[in-house]
Amino acid sequence: MKQIKTLNQANLKKSAAKGGCGECQASCQSACKTSCTVSNQKCENPNR
Amino acid sequence: MIHKYSLNGYNIVMDTNSGAVHLFGGAPFAMLDYLDDGVPDEPPKAMMAELKNQYDEKTLREGYSEILELYRKGQLYSRDEYEKFASMLKDAPIKSMCLNVAHDCNLRCRYCFAAQGDFGGRRMLMPFQVAKSAVDFLVKHSGNRHNLELDFFGGEPLMNFGVVRQTVAYAHSIEKQHHKNFRFTITTNGLLLNDEAIDFINREMSNCILSLDGRKEVNDRLRVRVDGSGSYDTVLPKFKKLVARRPQDKDYYVRGTFSKYNLDFVKDIQHFLDEGFDEISVEPVVSDTKLDYSIREDDLPRVFEEYDRLSKLMIERTKTGKKFDFFHFMIDLNQGPCAIKRLRGCSCGNEYVAVTPTGDLYPCHQFVGDKKWEMGNVLTDTLDQAMKHRFALTNVYTKSECKNCWAKFYCSGGCNANNLKYEGNIRKPHTISCELEKKRLECAVMIQAALAE
Repeated sequence: MKQIKTLNQANLKKSAAKGGCGECQASCQSACKTSCTVSNQKCENPNR
Repeated sequence: MIHKYSLNGYNIVMDTNSGAVHLFGGAPFAMLDYLDDGVPDEPPKAMMAELKNQYDEKTLREGYSEILELYRKGQLYSRDEYEKFASMLKDAPIKSMCLNVAHDCNLRCRYCFAAQGDFGGRRMLMPFQVAKSAVDFLVKHSGNRHNLELDFFGGEPLMNFGVVRQTVAYAHSIEKQHHKNFRFTITTNGLLLNDEAIDFINREMSNCILSLDGRKEVNDRLRVRVDGSGSYDTVLPKFKKLVARRPQDKDYYVRGTFSKYNLDFVKDIQHFLDEGFDEISVEPVVSDTKLDYSIREDDLPRVFEEYDRLSKLMIERTKTGKKFDFFHFMIDLNQGPCAIKRLRGCSCGNEYVAVTPTGDLYPCHQFVGDKKWEMGNVLTDTLDQAMKHRFALTNVYTKSECKNCWAKFYCSGGCNANNLKYEGNIRKPHTISCELEKKRLECAVMIQAALAE
């Protein structure tokens, strides 16, 4: 494509299928504790 | 659903449901204003007529065919297929615990949400017996979860350093037999850091949060000791020593709070960088808007300008090969959390609980002290399952404002404690927090675009 560039794999729907293992960090238990951001957390599912 | 915005010269289009992020040229970007959650096979006539003054026919037809291609691939206006997963989300094992080992503090930070260390009750330290019972409680209620998190919090946890050490040793002593992996973190104001504490933290804690607000005059205005004097001069060298000795494979964050008094907080972040820190989290103060240091809605344009400035600083610094992590600009567009995790976000009261020095359980550290939300006790192994269930059902589909928000799979419904405190309902998102979160996301994605060039 010439006029549009896609930055990522757009795999959110696929991630639902094998998701929900629950091994990742609880969301605000990190560098914040006053707000909640999820998209900066790491996935820890070895079967992803 | 899509979100389109222009920032720092980039036309960015985020497709909410597929997670796709695109950079658009001018013509297709303008066309999106004429489309409504779908892309017809033929370009709408009105759109072509209006845009032909700005772009030639070939550019418009080519741009439209690319939009159509993305739509057919499910990367633009893709359908929301997650509500069925949200309706299946139920109570989960507890995997994370905040241990308030000290309801006491050697600082009296004026903005403290913990009532300057005592959470509105009497000042006390957690006995080891309570901490040990908390670890047992966590293991017992963690089901098949392997990774368990224990955060030492307060007040100031180093005021009870002996119990921190004992608790870590105890958790290690039982983790293998229960097939668990404990991860420890600590949040400290640094006043009591000495060589022994630094070495212990650097050996045992997978992450440590070092509280400091930035420039001396900024820090010492609000982060004061009991006698009102500032803490900067004592704390800074101790944090520098800890970070200098910290193993590369372990995280730390210098964690500041900005308030109305330092809306120019990028200067504080620059100060951290100048002092050698490169893992930084600086957060807006969350407080009653009547207080003079609080961030109010009319401050947001100024705060947004500052986030734009910070984005440019991050791009410049990263492009020269220097490390710079800013917690709320960190985003992995490919390997971030799965969609299921993103439905519920805040785990409080369900996967995450906080424990007081007397062993009382609360949904999270921010609920501590509000008796209405007490949900059990680790000494008696009691847990209010009805309250746990109530938190388990909070997700981006049960929060009506989130359901139709483009940012729902990035912030996942925000902080339930803030929702309750400032909007009166755990399911009603706190407006100012939402605005800040959306702006930070726009910046974080733009930075990824800039660094991808």
